[in-house]
Amino acid sequence: MPFEDIKHIVLVLSGKGGVGKSSVTTQLALSLAAKGNQVGVLDIDLTGPSMPRMFGAEAKTVVQGPKGWLPVSIGDGKIKVMSLGFLLNDRGDSVVWRGPKKTAMIRQFCTDVAWGPLDYLIIDTPPGTSDEHISIAEQFQDVKPDGAVVVTTPQAVATADVRKELNFCKKVEMNVLGIVENMSGYVCPHCAECTNIFSSGGGKVMAEEFGVEFLGSVPIDPKFGQMIETQKDSGSESLLEQYKKSGLYPVFTKISDRVIEKCEAK
Amino acid sequence: MPSIEETSDLIAPPPEHCPGPEGEQAGKADACAGCPNQAICASAPKGPDPDIPLITARLSNIKHKILILSGKGGVGKSTFTSMLAWGFALNEETQVGVMDVDICGPSIPKMMGVEDEAIHVSASGMSPVYVADNLCTMSIQYMLPSKDDAVIWRGPKKNGMIKRFLKDVEWGELDYLLVDTPPGTSDEHLSVNSLLKESGIDGAVIITTPQEVALLDVRKEINFCKKAGIKVLGLVENMAGFVCPSCEGSSEVFMATTGGGEALAKEMGVEFLGRVPLDPRIGVACDYGESFFDAYPDSPSIKSLKKVVEKVKMQVGEEGDLEEES
Repeated sequence: MPFEDIKHIVLVLSGKGGVGKSSVTTQLALSLAAKGNQVGVLDIDLTGPSMPRMFGAEAKTVVQGPKGWLPVSIGDGKIKVMSLGFLLNDRGDSVVWRGPKKTAMIRQFCTDVAWGPLDYLIIDTPPGTSDEHISIAEQFQDVKPDGAVVVTTPQAVATADVRKELNFCKKVEMNVLGIVENMSGYVCPHCAECTNIFSSGGGKVMAEEFGVEFLGSVPIDPKFGQMIETQKDSGSESLLEQYKKSGLYPVFTKISDRVIEKCEAK
Repeated sequence: MPSIEETSDLIAPPPEHCPGPEGEQAGKADACAGCPNQAICASAPKGPDPDIPLITARLSNIKHKILILSGKGGVGKSTFTSMLAWGFALNEETQVGVMDVDICGPSIPKMMGVEDEAIHVSASGMSPVYVADNLCTMSIQYMLPSKDDAVIWRGPKKNGMIKRFLKDVEWGELDYLLVDTPPGTSDEHLSVNSLLKESGIDGAVIITTPQEVALLDVRKEINFCKKAGIKVLGLVENMAGFVCPSCEGSSEVFMATTGGGEALAKEMGVEFLGRVPLDPRIGVACDYGESFFDAYPDSPSIKSLKKVVEKVKMQVGEEGDLEEES
């Protein structure tokens, strides 16, 4: 089995698009790596892969090794990433695939990637509850993942879709590690007044309603976005070092602590 | 590309190199050997989808059909769709329909404040849910027994549903049919395009947010439109800038480090329809299903939106009628 050397598998899910699944995946990977873990990131958002951009590795490609595809190493190799984005000729190329092809690709991602020993494999998913999600749930029938981190934004329009995702988890018997509320509040750089652009508190209410743990709220920090977008220009400093200075680092250290605790407890 | 059929009668998920249950090769290709569906596929009728003429007839009284697309999720497709709908519907003479083909994450009913409605089925078809006298909507949300139910469907089932929305819904006479889509470039997008090809799509409005991570996916969507032969009416940059309600200072929540939507529009050779700034009140209005045009007419976002609505009208060849108000 390709997953035998992987200690813990965590999925990042959300019924809604653009709530920050990929940002949460990235930050979870960075904060886990900062604690000395060996982390793998698998991006199964096939029609809109964001991981290569998030880790500043758009120019890298995946190579075929003796044991399978070698994932792309980030920085000093503490983080390894696999995404369909690495397999495209041009970053603007669109992947127009129906379900069966997506299913086949995901199966290949699950069987053909030579991750090597990993402490954590984090899987970033596309929005919805369709082909990709059914496929990944099928792939994990034998190797049960440790659970899913569900991401939402606070407004009711988003939580309405995320509720569907929680029901999906129930149906496929996926353990929910907890809910992260992203984009919770924005601090104005001029007057330091916090505005709840997308309202606030929706994630916590939903967590209570569904009886799952609320892992924390993450505010909007334009500096994080800026850091991701300009990471290549910042010279020698690795993404991990830059992230340690970010205002979001302490927030995610707490979240990843809880994730580790819950995974270890199993 | 084979046309889409109801394939929900397949008895197992299709194999890796499935030629498509409707293609010429269905049931005969190498990959079909050993597939449990082989017999079903081999005996299925071939050729163009027999339902397409029915759809064309059903939609013949609709003047303009506009798709709202974005490769990226959460950039405001549904918000923009509902605003465009309210914007068109400001003129009482204009009949507007909104079709929500986001099967796994429908948002239109909530944003329009009709989440708890159910559809009525009669001999002539399903009637859409009316939000206002001249504004009707259709979404899978109306068919769910409980509003939090997950729709865990693979592609073919979603396609079947979309076909029902087009074939069986009594849209009546409409000036505009707006189609709100899920993120990505997959089943839903291919189906809507192939089913509507015959009846004619005016084009697609593409939504983005300013940061490169979003532009990256939106670039893919524009390429998809080119491949599929869908005319791009223009690109809208949503969530562009934020005006703090307490100090009026403006700042960028999502940084446009690579020039934002405008630069992308130029690069891809499509029309740039405008920027819509963030306004927390729009989010609140969406949560309560109100029309922001009525609730906050003075918001800077609404002013930019009105301009975008006018531009979309011009793109599809209609006279603007909001001009005198602004």
